[in-house]
Amino acid sequence: MDFPIFHLDVFGNRLLIAAIASLHVVINHMLAVGAAPLIAFLEWRGYATGDERWDRLAYRLLFICFIVTTSLGALTGVGIWLSTSLVNPHAIGSLIRVFFWAWFSEWIVFVTEVALILIYTLSWRTDWARRHKRAHLGLGVALAVASWLTMAVIVAILGFQMDTGVWTVDPGFWTAVLNPLYLPQLFFRTPFALVAAGLFALAVTGRLTRGDPEFRGRAVRTISAWTLLFCVPWLAAAWGYWQAIPARMLDNVSTALTTLAFQQYLDPLRLLIGASLGAVVLACAWGVGAPRRLPSAVLVVPAVLAVWQLAYFERVREFIRKPDIVAAYMYSNALRPADYPLYAQDGLLAHATYASVRAVTGENRIQAGREVFRLACSRCHTTRGVNGIVAKLAGLYGPGAWDPAVLDTYLAGMHNARPFMPPLPGTATERAALADYLIALRHDPAGLDGAQTAGAAGSTR
Amino acid sequence: MESTAATTPLPLDIPLPLPADPILLQALLVVLFLWHILFVNLMVGGSLLTVVFELIGRRRPEFDALARATAGTVTVNKSLAVVLGVGPLLGLNVLYTVHFYSANALTGAAWISLVPLVTLAFLVTYAHKYSWDRLAGRKGLHLAIGMAGAAMFLAIPLIFLANINLMLFPARWLEVRGFASALALPNVWPRYLHFLAASVAVTGLFLLVYFLRPGGGVAASPSALDRLALRRLFYGIALGASALQLMFGPLVLITLPRPGLSWFLAGVIGVGVVLAIFALVLMWREIAAPRANATPRAAIVVALITATAFTMGYGRHVYRETALRDHRAQMAVHTRDTGWLAAAAQWREATGQGVAQVPLGQRIFESTCAACHGVDRVLVGPSLREIAGIYGGDPGGIAAWAADPGRKRPELPPMPAFRLGEEKLRAVADYMLQLGSGGSPAEDG
Ligand code: HEC
Ligand code: HEC
Repeated sequence: MDFPIFHLDVFGNRLLIAAIASLHVVINHMLAVGAAPLIAFLEWRGYATGDERWDRLAYRLLFICFIVTTSLGALTGVGIWLSTSLVNPHAIGSLIRVFFWAWFSEWIVFVTEVALILIYTLSWRTDWARRHKRAHLGLGVALAVASWLTMAVIVAILGFQMDTGVWTVDPGFWTAVLNPLYLPQLFFRTPFALVAAGLFALAVTGRLTRGDPEFRGRAVRTISAWTLLFCVPWLAAAWGYWQAIPARMLDNVSTALTTLAFQQYLDPLRLLIGASLGAVVLACAWGVGAPRRLPSAVLVVPAVLAVWQLAYFERVREFIRKPDIVAAYMYSNALRPADYPLYAQDGLLAHATYASVRAVTGENRIQAGREVFRLACSRCHTTRGVNGIVAKLAGLYGPGAWDPAVLDTYLAGMHNARPFMPPLPGTATERAALADYLIALRHDPAGLDGAQTAGAAGSTR
Repeated sequence: MESTAATTPLPLDIPLPLPADPILLQALLVVLFLWHILFVNLMVGGSLLTVVFELIGRRRPEFDALARATAGTVTVNKSLAVVLGVGPLLGLNVLYTVHFYSANALTGAAWISLVPLVTLAFLVTYAHKYSWDRLAGRKGLHLAIGMAGAAMFLAIPLIFLANINLMLFPARWLEVRGFASALALPNVWPRYLHFLAASVAVTGLFLLVYFLRPGGGVAASPSALDRLALRRLFYGIALGASALQLMFGPLVLITLPRPGLSWFLAGVIGVGVVLAIFALVLMWREIAAPRANATPRAAIVVALITATAFTMGYGRHVYRETALRDHRAQMAVHTRDTGWLAAAAQWREATGQGVAQVPLGQRIFESTCAACHGVDRVLVGPSLREIAGIYGGDPGGIAAWAADPGRKRPELPPMPAFRLGEEKLRAVADYMLQLGSGGSPAEDG
C-alpha cells in the first residue's frame, strides 16, 4: 500500500525469499551453529590424546565452514533481509521497530562471531596456536557460543511472527521476545543444528581420511556417537514444538507439506519424512557399531537428508503461519486486519499510495482489478509463473468459461475456503473488478510488472 | 498534501513507535556507518591495489610479493565490511523505513542481485588469494581472477549509492524505471568518484601503517622493496588519491539538489576540507623526508583523515535530514489522519452500523461455503440440490461431513475441513437444506 510494489512474475516473490532463506538456514545450522562446537570438540580430542590427526581433521572441517559461512552464509543472511524488504517492506519495517534492540544485540554478537572465526581459522597453523593450544581451543568454544547466540536471538523473531502471544494487548519489547513459540523453537533448533553438523562432518570425513582406514574408523565412530547423542533431544524437542503450535496453524500443515496439487501423496510423504529421520538415526548407529564397514558413499546420504530436512522444515514453518505474516497484526499481503473496515468503507484503491487508478469506473474495470490483484494477491501469486493465479483458477473452474458471479462469490469467501489466504480487502465493486480482471487475464498474455521495471505507479499495459 | 500530491507520493509511515529516541538512533547510524565505510574502502581499495601491484609485478617480482601481502588483507577486510554494514543498515532501516525501502523496490533487480554479486566477489577473492602458488605458472589467468574480483567490488558500491541517493528524492520516485534510471539522477556519479578516490587514499594509509608499523621490523615488510621505497609508495598513493578529492569534492557539492543544502552543512563540510588540506601538506612533506618507519607523523595524518571522514559522514547525515524534513512532516500528518479514519471505521463495524443483521446459518454459508457450493450447479463442490437429495432431513450428516469431509467424487477436488463447532455447523446445515430443497429464503445471486 505504502511502498512501490516489487514483483517477480515468473519466479514468484515467495520463492525468492524461500530460496535465500533455506540456503541460509542450511548453512547457518549445519556449518556454523552446529559445526563450531563439533570442531572445537575434535580439536580438544587431538589435544587430549596427542594425536595430530584429530587436529588436522578439525582444521579441514573448519576451513570448509570458514569459506562457506563467511561468503555464502553471511551474504544469504543479509539476503533474507534484502529480499523481505523488497517483497514485504511493511512487515519487515514493523518487525524492525519491535525488535530493533534484539537485532542490534544480535549484530554485536555477529561481529564477534565473524571476528572469532577469522582469528580461529587464520591462526590455527601459526606458532602461537601450536604453543598455546588451550587458548586456541578457547577461541573455538567462544565461537560456538557466539554462533548459538545469534541464532537464539533471531528465533525470537520467527516465533513472534507465528504467535504474537500477549504482545497485541501488551505491546513491548519483552512481551514480543518471550512469545509462546520462542523457547519450543529454540529447544528444537539447537539439537537439530548439532545433528546436521554431525552429518555434514561424517560426509566429508569419509573423504578427508581416505588414506588412513584406522583413523577413519575412529573418526567416524566419534562423530557418529556425537550425532546420535543429539538425536534424542532433537526428536523430543520436535514433539514439544509440535504441541506448542496453535491449532489453526496445524490445519495448514497438510497443504504446507504437499501443496494443494499433491494432497493425495500426503501419507507417502509422511512416511518419507519418518523414514528419513529413521535413516539418520540408523546411519549414526551403524557408524558407532561398525564404523569401518560404512562406505564413504553411504556417509553422504544422511547429510543430504539433513539438508532436505532443514530446508523442508523452514518451508513448512513459513507456510503454516499464513495468512498472517505477523500473527494477529498483519496479513501476508502486508495489510493489517485493523485497517480492513476502512478499506471496506472507502475502497482499497482509495488508500493505496501508488495505484494507477483511485476508484473503479465503467471504463477502467480491468485496470482497477489489476491494481487490486497487485495489492491483495501479488505477494503470494504470480499471473502465470510459480503459484500462478490463472492456473489456480483453472484448477477450480475448469477449461470452460468462468462466470464472474461465481468468481465474485469465491473472492468474498476465499479466506474461509482456504484459511491460509487473507480475506480480500476493499469494496464489493472492487471485488467485482478483480473478478473481471482475473477472467480477462486468462486471455491476456501480458503478466504483471513489478516496480523494479515498470516504476512505482505500476504498469498500465 | 494537495500541493505535492500530483508529483510526490505521500505514503503512510509505519504506525509503530521508534524503538529509541531518534537522536540516539541517528548518532548510532553516523558512527557505525563510519566503521563500515572504513572497511568498505579497504576492501575496494585493497582489491584494486592488489591487481595494480600484481600487474607491475610481472616485470618487477618484488611487487608480486607486495600484491600477495595486500591480497591477504582484503579477505579479512571484506568480511569485516559486510558484518559492520549490518549495524548501519539496521539504523537506516529503522530511521528511514519508508524512504529506504521505496528506493530498494524501485531498483529491486539490482538491489537483490547484491546477494549473488557480493557472494561471488568474495569467493573469487578467496580463489585469487589461495591460488597464488598453484597458478604461478599461469600468471595471466591468475590476474584475470583478481581483476574479475576487483570489477565486482567496483560495481557493488554503485548499487548502494544509487539507493542511498534515490531515497532522498521522493519527488522523483514516480519517474524512476529501474536501476539504470536511478543512476541517472543527479549526484550519483560524482559521489561514486568521490568514494573511489577515498577508498584508494584510505587503503594507501592503511597499508603504510600496517606494513611499516614500528613493532613489525623489517620482517613485516612484505617484499624485497626496502622500507624507504614502500613508505614513499604508500604515501604517494594516499596523497595522489586525496588530491583528486580537491576536484571530486566540489563536484559532489555542486551537483547536490538544492533542498538539502544549508549553511550549517557548508560549515561542517568546510571544517572537513580544512582538515584534509592539513593532511595533504603533511603527507607531501613526509614523502620528501628520508625516514624508514611509518613514524609518529603517520598517526597525525591518520587522525586528520579520520576527522575529515567524520565531518563528511556527518555532513551527509545533515543533508539527508534536511532534504527529507518536509516530506516526513507531511507523512506524519497523513499517517495520523488515516489512523483516525481507520479507528472510526473499526468502531462503526464493531457497533454494527452498516452491517445488516443476517441470520447465523446464512452468514456462515455465504462467507464459508458459497465459494464452492451453488444452489443448482456444481461450482467446486456439488450443488445444494444434490446435497439436499443426500441429506434431506439429516442436517447432522452435513455437519459431520463438513467437520471431517470424506472423498466421494473423483472428478472434483477434495473439500477442506471446517471445524466451526457444532452450533455453527448445524445452523449452516439447516440453511443449506432449506435452500437446496427449494424453500429458499433468498434466491441465489
Ligand atoms: C498469503 C499468501 C496468499 C495471498 C495473499 C493470496 N493467496 Fe491465493 N493461495 C495461496 C496459496 C499458498 C495457495 C495454494 C497453493 C497450492 O498449494 O496450490 C493459494 C491458492 C489460491 C487459489 C486456488 C484455491 C484452491 O482451492 O485450489 C485461488 C483461486 C487463489 N489462491 C486466489 C487468490 C486471490 C484472488 C488472491 C488475492 C485476492 C489470493 N489468492 C491471495 C496464497 C495466497
Ligand atoms: C474449497 C471448496 C469448498 C468449500 C469452501 C466447501 N466445500 Fe463442501 N465440498 C467441496 C467439494 C469439492 C465436495 C465434493 C467432495 C467429494 O465428493 O469428494 C464437497 C462436498 C460437500 C458435501 C457433500 C458430501 C457428500 O456426502 O456428498 C457437503 C454436505 C458439503 N460439501 C458441505 C459443505 C459445507 C457445510 C461447507 C461450508 C462450511 C462447505 N462444504 C464448503 C468443496 C467445498
